[in-house]
Amino acid sequence: MGAALLPSACVQSARDPLGVTVEIGGIPILLQSSDANFRGILEKRYAGFVNQAAVPACQFKVYLELPLQPSDEDARVRRQGFVWHIDRGDFHAEWDTRTRRGWLRQSANPYAIDTVLRIAHSLVLAEEGGFLIHAASAARRGCAFLFAGVSGAGKTTISRLAPPDATLLTDEVSYVRRTGAGYRAYGTPFAGELARVGANVSAPLKTAFLLEQGCVNRVEKVEELAAARALLRHILFFAHDPGLVKRVFDSALRFVSQVRVSRLIFKPEASVWNLIG
Amino acid sequence: MNEKYIARSRQVAYRVLGEETIVMSATDSRLFNLSEVATVIWQAADGRTSLSEIVNRRVCAEFDVLPQVAYPDALAFAEELARHGILHISDRPIPVVETSAPIGAAVNP
Repeated sequence: MGAALLPSACVQSARDPLGVTVEIGGIPILLQSSDANFRGILEKRYAGFVNQAAVPACQFKVYLELPLQPSDEDARVRRQGFVWHIDRGDFHAEWDTRTRRGWLRQSANPYAIDTVLRIAHSLVLAEEGGFLIHAASAARRGCAFLFAGVSGAGKTTISRLAPPDATLLTDEVSYVRRTGAGYRAYGTPFAGELARVGANVSAPLKTAFLLEQGCVNRVEKVEELAAARALLRHILFFAHDPGLVKRVFDSALRFVSQVRVSRLIFKPEASVWNLIG
Repeated sequence: MNEKYIARSRQVAYRVLGEETIVMSATDSRLFNLSEVATVIWQAADGRTSLSEIVNRRVCAEFDVLPQVAYPDALAFAEELARHGILHISDRPIPVVETSAPIGAAVNP
């Protein structure tokens, strides 16, 4: 679906010997670097999501510099015309939405590129009605389930309790794309406390759960307005760009009108999964 | 009493769901939830209709409240939203170009 928005003719063809193509959510992004060691770091970091045969939809040239100060601050994302500028203490990046090409200046660590990938994906997804959201997600019995909540609500716990027949897509940042009939959740390499990369699989999204720890396991219906409010609090907004915010806002509201949103009150025991799937 | 005019900022995304409204500031992504009464005022904030007229014709007509009670609350509400940059307040009518339409209304199923 996103292919129409991603002019593949604008980017380099597949199998670039100086590049690593990382495909998340079905959107391949080519990361080019002349440094073989750094390419090795990328291949290791994104193992399971590297697809060198894919025709990239977007690309970044990575220029390595001397180690910069590690940074805990949020990245600053702003748009000038068609170009997005992404800055943090440890990197600077630019990305042109017309050509889908960009560059990144950073030291040889995977953390900066991880942030840039999240931001690039969120910008691409916003164009097609999808989003990244602070939520764990898992696939089970052919369907995907989202588990959103504030820090401490239980995203890691529910992921850790997942039964063997459930496939963890992520315990931290879920990837949601709009499809013709609904929505689809994809695995991501963006790991949280579990420090476990998600599986590179996808499934149609059946239910989005809002997590709340309690003394019993119970599922409650959530009204559309409350669902929209909750979802919007968890969606990743990297840029305070009016056009982008309006698109994501619209996407969230469309999502809650099409996907069941329920509150999952649960005690931290594996039996909670009897209510899921 | 000076007349006040109110208009929705263009820098917001909003949607009326049921009798309430959810508003998101496009400048800082903050969310605002408007009650049923606040939604009536928000929807009427076209920049051309004075706040007193909105209170008299909409709020008092739809809810069991007197103008002298409703107006101070309505003004306080408008000033609060203005502080967050999602509503404009002026002593004069506000050009329609500054107001906004609900987001996505035309494309949602």
